[in-house]
Amino acid sequence: MKGPALNQLSRFNIGSLAFGLAFLYLPIVILVIYSFNASRLVTVWGGWSLRWYREFFNDDAMLDAAWMSVRVALASATLSTLLGTLAAVALSRGERFRGRVLFSGMLYAPLVMPEVITGLSLLLLFVAVNAERGFLTVTIAHTTLTLCFVAVVVQSRLGSLDRSLEEAAMDLGCDPVRAFIAVTLPLILPAIAAGWMLAFTLSLDDLVIASFTTGPGSSTLPIRIYSEVRLGVKPEINAICTLVIAAIAAVIVLASLVSKLSGARGESAAPL
Amino acid sequence: MTGRGLFARPARLAAVAPYLWMVLFFLVPFGFVLKISLSQTAIAQPPYTPLFELTQGLSAIQTAFAKLSLENYRLLIADDLYVLSYLRSLVVAAVSTSILLLIGYPIAYGMARLKPPWRSLAMLLVIVPFWTSFLIRIYAWINILQHDGLLNQILLALHLVSVPVVWLSTDSAMYLGIVYSYLPFMILPLYATLAKMEPSLLEAANDLGAAPRQAFWLVTFPLSLPGVAAGVLLCFIPIVGEFVIPDLLAGSDQLMIGQTLWLEFFTNKDWPVASAAAVLLLLLLVLPLVLYDRLQRRQLERMG
Repeated sequence: MKGPALNQLSRFNIGSLAFGLAFLYLPIVILVIYSFNASRLVTVWGGWSLRWYREFFNDDAMLDAAWMSVRVALASATLSTLLGTLAAVALSRGERFRGRVLFSGMLYAPLVMPEVITGLSLLLLFVAVNAERGFLTVTIAHTTLTLCFVAVVVQSRLGSLDRSLEEAAMDLGCDPVRAFIAVTLPLILPAIAAGWMLAFTLSLDDLVIASFTTGPGSSTLPIRIYSEVRLGVKPEINAICTLVIAAIAAVIVLASLVSKLSGARGESAAPL
Repeated sequence: MTGRGLFARPARLAAVAPYLWMVLFFLVPFGFVLKISLSQTAIAQPPYTPLFELTQGLSAIQTAFAKLSLENYRLLIADDLYVLSYLRSLVVAAVSTSILLLIGYPIAYGMARLKPPWRSLAMLLVIVPFWTSFLIRIYAWINILQHDGLLNQILLALHLVSVPVVWLSTDSAMYLGIVYSYLPFMILPLYATLAKMEPSLLEAANDLGAAPRQAFWLVTFPLSLPGVAAGVLLCFIPIVGEFVIPDLLAGSDQLMIGQTLWLEFFTNKDWPVASAAAVLLLLLLVLPLVLYDRLQRRQLERMG
């Protein structure tokens, strides 16, 4: 006999789901609403207005920082997608090779490594080789951090793939590289796209590693936001945050469209 | 030779570029941290006396080894400030991970019991905040928690308090911020193991006379332990080194080790001590990191 409650949601299940989602989303919703507040006092509602958005678009320092962040995110996401995909292929198709344990260790460690350590160690490297700190150093640092995320996302897709497809292509006369390009690559493309977007948003978001590895005069957006927030809440920051959230939401919508269009059935290419 | 073997050789070649990259930008920098943690502080640019220059050859390296000083480490261990901030980091990470598990488990469990289309929607809803900026989410809480923020306005309007409560710069604000930021990291691994569980196991438990609550503790929970371990490690390790959240939400009377390191580096410009603090922090995390690595590899092998 089947228990009556086994396949049904209990009130407790629904309650915890509702609580969880409200907890995750309410603060962001409140932030977005207050970004349209006309009042200079952050907490007093003065009617709807776009005033703080105008303020942002007239704030050259903030715009420079935003542009810097976007450039770093584009460059590092692209580089880390390339390297991360190669790493994932090596780990899931390379069988055993010398140094494999060290390789996978180096790949997984940055996922959980405290950012202060990664940032500090990269800075000491850049100082030691006398590199001028700025766009290039931040891009290298972000590539190092995000290529691990790309590798994990792509590797989990490669792991769930039916390998007999590749073997069939080679039985039909493809050499391994052609088999990979013709068969495997199209199948893991959604995961690669998801990896790129994850890398992009992580880079856009990073404060700690960028603070260590950038030089004077080339702040990224999070560094600017952080120094403003330390001085107190400003309505303009609400507007900037809303714009960043909108940009990220657009990327996510794009990601799901890409994975739909490329006909990705089965597992979604979710991060982690 | 099998197709699999043929495929392996070019796949191994693919490792070359990322391998070199990670050695150069992940492994080698740790060498520099180690080296500078053993050298002396100086008022200069960069602010430390280098132990040795590679250009001076082997003899210079040998004399340098004789000069190696553990002075920075001795300072860290002897000074209460550092010992206390290490301890505080561990306590904060342990407390927040426990809260995360307590809140995250019911949510993940609820998700796993949803019907498939709703499941992927719930999954998406949990992931989206993970994509949204970390800093922005903390900032959103500052908006709510500040002196004349929304929370105090609501509490005053409901006559629950008569004067505004101080929320910012307290430990409760910091715990709230940490739990809020790391919740997706806890929910996702838990959900992944709970969703894979065979419903027939629970039916069997029911047939054998177990009450739902009993079946949960005897069947569901033990089977979800790998997910619990993954979630706990995924949260605990980065929280120990957390900087932004305690810096923005907690008071400044007690610092976590990430903040102390930041302070030594940026404010006091004491690079050797900051490096030594980083090395000790890493040593503190070796055990959880090894556990996490083993878990991760086992999971990927099972998938592959």
